[in-house]
This record gives sequence, C-alpha cells and structure tokens, in this order.
Amino acid sequence: MMYLALELLTWLSFLIGGFFLITGGVGLIRFPDFYTRIHAAGVTDTLGAALLLLGMVLQSGDVLTAIKLIMIGFFIFLTTPTATYAIANAAFTGGLKPILHEDEGDGSSKT
Amino acid sequence: MMFVSAGVAVIICMLLGLARAFIGPTLYDRVLAANAFGTKTVLMIALLGFIMGRPDFVDIALLYALINFIGTIAILKFFRYGNFGQAGRERPAGEEPQ
Amino acid sequence: MRHAISLGLTLFGVWLLLSGHYTPLITSLGVVSVILCVYIVLRMETCDHETHPIHLTTRAVMYWPWLAIEIVKANIDVAKRVFSAGPNISPAVYYVKSSQKTELGQVIYANSITLTPGTTTMDIDEGTFVVHTIAKDVGDDLCAGEMDRRVSLLEGRS
Repeated sequence: MMYLALELLTWLSFLIGGFFLITGGVGLIRFPDFYTRIHAAGVTDTLGAALLLLGMVLQSGDVLTAIKLIMIGFFIFLTTPTATYAIANAAFTGGLKPILHEDEGDGSSKT
Repeated sequence: MMFVSAGVAVIICMLLGLARAFIGPTLYDRVLAANAFGTKTVLMIALLGFIMGRPDFVDIALLYALINFIGTIAILKFFRYGNFGQAGRERPAGEEPQ
Repeated sequence: MRHAISLGLTLFGVWLLLSGHYTPLITSLGVVSVILCVYIVLRMETCDHETHPIHLTTRAVMYWPWLAIEIVKANIDVAKRVFSAGPNISPAVYYVKSSQKTELGQVIYANSITLTPGTTTMDIDEGTFVVHTIAKDVGDDLCAGEMDRRVSLLEGRS
C-alpha cells in the first residue's frame, strides 16, 4: 500500500515535472526576444527541476542519497537566480534593448 | 521505467535548448541556453544514476550543479572584461587593487 | 567568531552527509579539512553576517514556503502563456522601489524576483530595481509590494 502510494506520487511528480521541463524548452524556442526567453528558462530551472528531484527523493530509499538530492535542489535554487541575474545584467548593460509591448502595437502579431 | 520516461522529457528539453543555442541571434541567448542546458545535465546525471542502479552518480550531479554556475559566471565575466584576472576596463585608471 | 564556529559546524555537517564513511581515520581527515577551510575563510576576512547570515535562519524558514507557493503560481501562469495560441505576452520594464535597508536584504529581494518566473531583475541602482516582466499584470502584482514587505520582514531590525 505504502509502496503503491510512493510509486504513484513519483509518477505524478515526474509527469508534471516533465511537462514543465518541456514547457520551458518550448518557451525557449517560441518567445520573441532574449528577455522573454529568460522567463521560459526560469520555468524549467525552478518547478521542473524541483519536481524531478522530488520524484527521485521519493524513489531513493536511502537517506544519504535523498539528502544529496535535496542539496542539489538547494544549490540550484541558490545559484540559478544569481546566474540569471548575471546574464540579464550583462545583456542590459551591454545595450540589448528589450522588445516592449508598446513598440509592436498589437503585441500578438509578431512571433 | 519511470526514470526512463523522465529522462526522455529531459532529453527533449535539452534538444530544444540546443536548438536555441544554435540559432539564438545574440550571444546572451547562447549563454542562457548553455546555462539551462547545464541545469538539465545535472538532472540527467542523477536520473542516469537511478536508471543504472548506481546512486553514486548523485555526487557527480552535485558537483556539476556547482561547476555549471561557476562556468556561467566565468563566461560572462570573460565577455564583459576580456580576461579572468583583473577587473579590467571598468576600473578607473590609476586605482589599483591592493 | 560566532560566524566562524557556525561555518565550521555547517561545513562539517555537509562533509559528514556527503562522505558516508565514518571510520576514525576518514572522519579526522574531514575535521582537518574543515579547520583548514575555516582558517582560509578567516584569513580572507569574508566570514561575517553578510556571507554567512545566521541571524536570518528562523525568519527564512517562514519566508521560504510563501516564496515556494508564489513560484508555483508564477510557473503555471508562464506555462499558460507559452502554450497559448499567439504568444500571450506583453513584455514591460518596471522600476521597482525596494524598502530594504541592508544590501543583503536587497540581494534577497532581487533574487526572489528573479527566481519567480515571469519577472527578472536586470539592474540594481541604489535601491531601485530595473525589472523585466513578461506581462503587464505580472508587473502590477509585483508593484503591489507584497514580496517587498515580506523580504523587509525577513530582514528584520538589523
């Protein structure tokens, strides 16, 4: 019973996590400019990675492995915003102009 | 089985990220794609450990998570300043670090 | 000194969790490496309330669950935008005032903004953040200042 519940929870978190991973990947391709792509990459980096790690923690069956997986999640959550900020700041100070809503009139016509 | 399906999702996402790294018009797109790719590599290594029945791979994934961050910062620093060592161009002339 | 002891304990805890071998020889090697690390950090003079913020610990435990819920909500929002027929986005740049007094508080606020999908801090200029948002309503939510208030609460009186 316990085993089945664990198995189901793992499947659930893998499925939702995989969905968010692919969402991030699709967004990385579909969004029109660099700054909007950051948001898409953020989806994979936060919820996708967290849910996959959660699924692995549920399946690890070994306290040390589980703690290591949680530490991976902790490091990802600490380092991702810093790296993202570094990239965005480099682009911003480097003079890359974001596409703004006002510039394109309707906003939905451009890809 | 479930690890393989999660791995497939990670690989699809990696391929999309690679596509962005190839076509991405600006340099920053490529760095962003490389950074996202690194995060997914961490997940892939951990998943591979489970698929192959060797949870020791988690240690490698942990290391890779840290190396990925440092790598991204180093690339950006290199592109902004032109070298890894000094602060470089942005420091006013005559003001030397101790 | 308080920070050095806390740093040493944290490092040794991490070492014990990661190694998984508890024979006397290996453990004593771990103690030696932890002492070496703390010595180097003390020599670099980078061990203070900013790099090792132990005074935030209890309040951070209250802040993180709220942040996690916000991240889940923002993720669902961005996922909807990715899969909507025409990309349903209206990118905007906001200038957000932050009410934190210390640099550490500002860093926590800026990182929280970046960690939430849909908003990214692009630049910090003396307490004003340049924030790129994926859509106008997301930015208006941010300007309502709920996260700012909570980070200031986390920062506390220091």
